[in-house]
Amino acid sequence: MRRFVIGQAKNLIDQTRRRCCQPHHHNNLRLLSLLRPSASDSTTVSSPRLFSSSSSSSSSDMPGSDSSSSSLPVTLDSINPKVLKCEYAVRGEIVSIAQRLQDDLKINKDAYPFDEIIYCNIGNPQSLGQQPITFFREVLALCSHTALLDESATHGLFSSDSIDRAWKILDQIPGKATGAYSHSQGIKGLRDAIAAGIEARDGFPADPNDIFMTDGASPGVHMMMQLLISSEKDGILCPIPQYPLYSASIALHGGSLVPYYLDEASGWGLEISELKKQLEDAKSKGITVRALAVINPGNPTGQVLSEENQRDIVDFCKKEGLVLLADEVYQENVYVPDKKFHSFKKVARSMGYGEKDISLVSFQSISKGYYGECGKRGGYMEVTGFTSDVREQIYKVASVNLCSNISGQILASLVMSPPKPGDDSYDSYIAEKEGILSSLATRAKTLEEALNKLEGVTCNRAEGAMYLFPCINLPQKAIAAAEAAKTAPDAFYCKRLLNATGIVVVPGSGFRQVPGTWHFRCTILPQEDKIPAIVNRLTEFHKSFMDEFRD
Amino acid sequence: MALEYESLNENVKKCQYAVRGELYLRASELQKEGKKIIFTNVGNPHALGQKPLTFPRQVVALCQAPFLLHDPNVGMIFPADAIARAKHYLSLTSGGLGAYSDSRGLPGVRKEVAEFIQRRDGYPSDPELIFLTDGASKGVMQILNCVIRGERDGILVPVPQYPLYSATISLLGGSLVPYYLDESENWGLDVNNLRQSVAQARSQGISVRAMVIINPGNPTGQCLSEANLREILRFCHSEKLVLLGDEVYQQNIYQDERPFISSKKVLMDMGSPFSKEVQLVSFHTVSKGYWGECGQRGGYFEMTNFPPRVVEEIYKVASIALSPNVSAQIFMGLMVSPPKPGDISYDQFARESKGILESLRRRAKIMTDGFNSCKNVVCNFTEGAMYSFPQIKLPPGALQAAKQAGKVPDVFYCLKLLEATGISTVPGSGFGQKEGVFHLRTTILPAEEEMPEIMDSFKKFNDEFMTQYENSFGYSRM
Repeated sequence: MRRFVIGQAKNLIDQTRRRCCQPHHHNNLRLLSLLRPSASDSTTVSSPRLFSSSSSSSSSDMPGSDSSSSSLPVTLDSINPKVLKCEYAVRGEIVSIAQRLQDDLKINKDAYPFDEIIYCNIGNPQSLGQQPITFFREVLALCSHTALLDESATHGLFSSDSIDRAWKILDQIPGKATGAYSHSQGIKGLRDAIAAGIEARDGFPADPNDIFMTDGASPGVHMMMQLLISSEKDGILCPIPQYPLYSASIALHGGSLVPYYLDEASGWGLEISELKKQLEDAKSKGITVRALAVINPGNPTGQVLSEENQRDIVDFCKKEGLVLLADEVYQENVYVPDKKFHSFKKVARSMGYGEKDISLVSFQSISKGYYGECGKRGGYMEVTGFTSDVREQIYKVASVNLCSNISGQILASLVMSPPKPGDDSYDSYIAEKEGILSSLATRAKTLEEALNKLEGVTCNRAEGAMYLFPCINLPQKAIAAAEAAKTAPDAFYCKRLLNATGIVVVPGSGFRQVPGTWHFRCTILPQEDKIPAIVNRLTEFHKSFMDEFRD
Repeated sequence: MALEYESLNENVKKCQYAVRGELYLRASELQKEGKKIIFTNVGNPHALGQKPLTFPRQVVALCQAPFLLHDPNVGMIFPADAIARAKHYLSLTSGGLGAYSDSRGLPGVRKEVAEFIQRRDGYPSDPELIFLTDGASKGVMQILNCVIRGERDGILVPVPQYPLYSATISLLGGSLVPYYLDESENWGLDVNNLRQSVAQARSQGISVRAMVIINPGNPTGQCLSEANLREILRFCHSEKLVLLGDEVYQQNIYQDERPFISSKKVLMDMGSPFSKEVQLVSFHTVSKGYWGECGQRGGYFEMTNFPPRVVEEIYKVASIALSPNVSAQIFMGLMVSPPKPGDISYDQFARESKGILESLRRRAKIMTDGFNSCKNVVCNFTEGAMYSFPQIKLPPGALQAAKQAGKVPDVFYCLKLLEATGISTVPGSGFGQKEGVFHLRTTILPAEEEMPEIMDSFKKFNDEFMTQYENSFGYSRM
């Protein structure tokens, strides 16, 4: 009943707010004051200090700020608390330390036992020397400066199919204008190519109108969270360990993360019984679970789900009425012969489930795979099983940001429709692609084996994605030392590793983990010729760390 | 169904964004049916035939395909300064266009932005307080996300306004506190009016935390005077408001009496305590100006008087999105450090940019004059930005007909206009306007040679519409 009353009041506010630009706005304000008693205990407004008219009360105790900041409107005390709450460790404290070391390394070369910082904290392959796929970049260059297409010399510098493809793409863009805002879902012709690519991958039809192109996959995840989360009473089931985009986005939108634990002992298996248990637990706390996020292949855990497991997950979502948020950005990154990527859409359709049976969002990115084009910020989400009125809301939210960047859109279409046998670029494309993927597989294997040789360290294999997530059995002495240093034990380990070797990894606590266990995430992305040195440095460091702290 | 409309976040449902709303969707439908549509609903110059500037496109093409830089024949199709500039920008990245950059943008590009601001304003600018973004809109969202804690936090927004502000405030669950621009004073901003808005909001329990100005104005096209900016900054100081200065149209000025002057410069000119205590965020983009590179999604914001720990929080939120797209960052670098006299590409660059700006200036005039020649239409001159925002005085018969059709009157008018002429505009109600007064927004971007024909077809439609719906009771109001 209370919920209903609040809902009614909210509706009234909406109606007035729709007219807020007309002189009726004072009605809106009056309504807000009427609402005060219920608003203060409703879930959207959480702290009484938010109501103070002055926001400056205690900022003088803020270190690093001068006394004048107390007169500033936005300080740490008055910033949106949801912003304070969210965390994103992939670019957190350790990375800041690494950046400082890198700067200092240029000046004080001899002060460190290493000569470079190796960033294994983030899946950013091209920053570690991976080369882009030539064909993709040729097409992008031609689309960036279309006058090249009229130059005869261009034919000597570009492959013939890249020229053909650039023409084809430009023909799909109204006015051939790559500098114009596009449709807010992305250029229709490019979405056609993506839909055809999905269809070829899955063997089931895909509709270009279901595709929303985004600046990387992350904005798509944010958009869905925005839609699903009204308050902390709305929960999203997330794997633990998880990619912190999910926890950060849920925190920013004020929802509740409902954890389900992956089973490290069975290769980070996803158990339906665990999902059920956590769902019931959340319900008993008054949380309405709205969606299940699955990352396949897993980040940071690297497991590839079996088709059978995926079927169970689909059934679970169908039965419980959950939206399935399928993070499938690593779909091209599978390194073991006994596992294969299956999209959740394909699995659902092959079970005979259609639009009416399950709400499914699949996220894809151009930052991963063999292409690794992180800096382009391209991606899409395929949205199926939603009613048209919900779809309209997704479109509206997308439209507020106008559109995603066009070169990212073009690249997303290229990734889903690469050169075919017989094309001028086909052989070089395949050679580049397979070179990258097989090297990633080798690197994953070498690092995994090296990690498993370390005292007290166990590491599941990276079946897919770009990461290893070893478990470190830290000695009590190390844990005590970490406590004394007021830092999480795994962060303590990672900082020591960085200072001793220049290798940057992310502590497991940034991804969350079973309490009392400690991990770190390390990408498999340093170039192959650097891997032996990394293994040596890591092994040496670990040995001396254990010598120092062994119980 | 797992997700019903009823169970969606209410903040999402109430958010409105008319620039891509009903009119735009209808126009897209008509276009699919084969009708010629003139899209004047969005400030999207390249979509209406404006050619991109050559030099930046050459540089970015080379950055897209860096292997060209090793090809001995590259000089046949690229000038030497474009090649040098491409090498320069690639050297600022950690892995070319394909690697995430720092979440605030490439340090080297932020330094170029800071140098640009310093040249423009005559005051130092700190690259650490400049964040590059995927278009200015993303920056606005990031900042408002930090400011808005709940529905009791209010943001002062001009009315009429660019609906990015109302939409974002809705999405974040805050309260929009409107202040009205005075149409009879060429959309002037009256500080007394601001005081009233704030006092009224406060008396209703709203804590007003920030104020938005759009200068030059969107959709209203006015340029703020230095004296006016000074009053605004003083007001923000006394009321403890963060000022969000939407200055994306700073290159788009079509008169000489009021050149663009940045809020930052005025603030610094005012000296202490203002220059030390007013928190200001200024937004810029590669989508407007004579660049018009909307599809790149490039922008920046510069913060003034933000404590380091707040900047860190903003950095953290930016880092969740990893990084803005790198090619747009390079466009931004090029925009703030264009070719200089003596460079090989300078003459061409100067010719192209001057040509675009001068044509826009002529188009602003053709459009204002055209609207003012129509029956029951009055229009302020577009001093800056890219839009014309004429007032349409709808006769009672039209209001009646709109009511019967279940449409807001200006939506009704704009739909009729679209069906009759193919001109796709945005109804004034999407930007906010005084009750009983109706407007539409068009861009001044259609090609100059098409402009007279467009204005003729508008006039023909409008005058027939007015005749059809006029009756003995006269006009609606005003």
